[in-house]
Amino acid sequence: MTTPAVISLTDITKVYDTGEIQVHALRGVNLEILSGEFVAIMGASGTGKSTLLNILGCLDHPTEGSFLLDGVPVHTLNRDQMADIRNSKIGFVFQSFNLLQRTTAQENVLVPLLYNRREKIDDMKERATTALTRVGLGERIFSHPNQLSGGQQQRVAIARAMVNKPSLILADEPTGNLDSRTSLEILALFQDLNRQGVTVIMVTHEPDVAQYTKRIIEMKDGRILRESRLSVPRDADEELRKLPAEEE
Amino acid sequence: MRSANLFRIAYQSIIKHKMRTLLTMLGIIIGVGAVIVMVAIGQGAQASIQGQINSLGTNLVLVFPGVFRQAGVSMGGGSFTRLSFDDVEKLKRESTKLTGISPVVRTGAQVIGGISNWSTSVYGVSTDYLSIREWPLSSGEFFTEGDVRSQTKVCILGQTLVKNLFPDNDPVGQQVRIRNVPFKVIGVLSEKGQNSMGMDQDDIVLAPSSTVFYRLSGSRFISQILTSAASTAEIPAAQEEIRTILRESHKINEGEDDDFTVRNQTELASTAEETTRVMTILLASIASISLLVGGIGIMNIMLVSVTERTREIGVRMALGARSRDILVQFLVEAVVISIVGGLIGIVLGVGATLVVGAVTSWTTVIVPSTLFVSVGFSAMVGIFFGLYPAKKASDLNPIEALRYE
Repeated sequence: MTTPAVISLTDITKVYDTGEIQVHALRGVNLEILSGEFVAIMGASGTGKSTLLNILGCLDHPTEGSFLLDGVPVHTLNRDQMADIRNSKIGFVFQSFNLLQRTTAQENVLVPLLYNRREKIDDMKERATTALTRVGLGERIFSHPNQLSGGQQQRVAIARAMVNKPSLILADEPTGNLDSRTSLEILALFQDLNRQGVTVIMVTHEPDVAQYTKRIIEMKDGRILRESRLSVPRDADEELRKLPAEEE
Repeated sequence: MRSANLFRIAYQSIIKHKMRTLLTMLGIIIGVGAVIVMVAIGQGAQASIQGQINSLGTNLVLVFPGVFRQAGVSMGGGSFTRLSFDDVEKLKRESTKLTGISPVVRTGAQVIGGISNWSTSVYGVSTDYLSIREWPLSSGEFFTEGDVRSQTKVCILGQTLVKNLFPDNDPVGQQVRIRNVPFKVIGVLSEKGQNSMGMDQDDIVLAPSSTVFYRLSGSRFISQILTSAASTAEIPAAQEEIRTILRESHKINEGEDDDFTVRNQTELASTAEETTRVMTILLASIASISLLVGGIGIMNIMLVSVTERTREIGVRMALGARSRDILVQFLVEAVVISIVGGLIGIVLGVGATLVVGAVTSWTTVIVPSTLFVSVGFSAMVGIFFGLYPAKKASDLNPIEALRYE
């Protein structure tokens, strides 16, 4: 029995036409990511990392090539269909959290449910609370972002990414704005979610962070430069225990 | 997407930015408030003019001597006086729809009495006159049928004459001379004020029609006949009846024009009403401009808000909002802001109207339909001026919006 591919990219190219010059951001990317994987996409800026992320996130169309997400040919969809795909199949986690200000954690997590067209949800609040409890914020559901630490805000964002039960979570430098302890906590959370079967793709430029994933894809000049699988990824929980106890 | 969710999104956005919402509303509040105050003042002016016209007497029907044509040449209204006491008598005998009939024999005269003298109009009328004009006496009594029959030299003074001739003592029982004919003052009229043309209605002396006709005016005809119909609804029928009776009395053949004019107060009022209507429209359009400016204010702040919330829009799109969802969110925000602003404007407008009415003693009339129209109009302002910013928001590219700092 083969695990179904969540993502299947075939000969993806992306050309930005700026009028005078054409920028080849992606020059033929082939990639398959299976359900339950935890993948790091690495690369310096300008390597096509962000472009790839935008395409994987169904925010942008590839110039050429085919992109199957859960078997759906995303490259053929229109703008509204892409929005629906983002809502149902993808959970976004951003470097700067991107929570709605002056809005409680619960209401933030509600947002994807409000835009959900697939199903009529009567227990939206319960679902949001469940998602927040799962990321360890069951006690803070009525806190506003400015009352939460960076790590807690990122947890709210992860709960928001999870609430519609997506096929994959796309995290763009999720630890970029966090200190090392909080980064470890967030990575531990991703590892935990991944163990429960959630597919996670994380874009990062920190080799350290990538060590916590199972598969590292390095980009260069719009192509995949090399790929490596980690048979034993580092365990974030273990690293956390090794850190000296936090001073109160 | 369910509309309940939509309203939820817009509602959250509105209450989370109270200051911005309030500032946006301010234009609409002032606009709607101004429209309501202006229309109320205009309508009030109209109502007070209407009231003055009604003060002529309710259900009043006037008969004027009419246009006389000689060989096809119109000599103009009143060019040939052909109303007589016979006409009045015939109306009294034959009419069924008239509740009061009074001839008016009018003559200008110098009145001497008390401490001074005064040039005024003397009206020779019947005993019905006061009831037709709904004009009570303030003191004394009116003359009787007997006085009319016997051409008694009694008169009733208007307030202007009382003020000028008898400022300090009661004129009832005193004697005045009208064109050197001595008259006994038996009553005083209550104050009526100016009429719609600005004429002083209190500058008047009333006397029995026969007395004025035979002892003062010397004219063969009377200047007008005042009658009153039983009710407003009866006015057209009463006018028709008067025409029939007078045509018969004047022996006018079938196909010939009337030699008299029958008018009711509505016709008299129409000119005055037209004037105030123009004024109301003028005031309302000035106020509407402020509503328009309020709408532009909404657009202004919504545009700023779209720029300010670019990141939020990007996040919403990433989380699955369709362009349409964003469009509707901003549109709903604009419409809710303008409707709520409109409602507040109504409250303030009505309050301001009451204040204006109390301070200036102008008549103000709040027409309920104005309130509905202003709310509807402010909703339209919201849609119209919210559409462009909303469209702008919904057209954002999610990637660029997410990257926006």
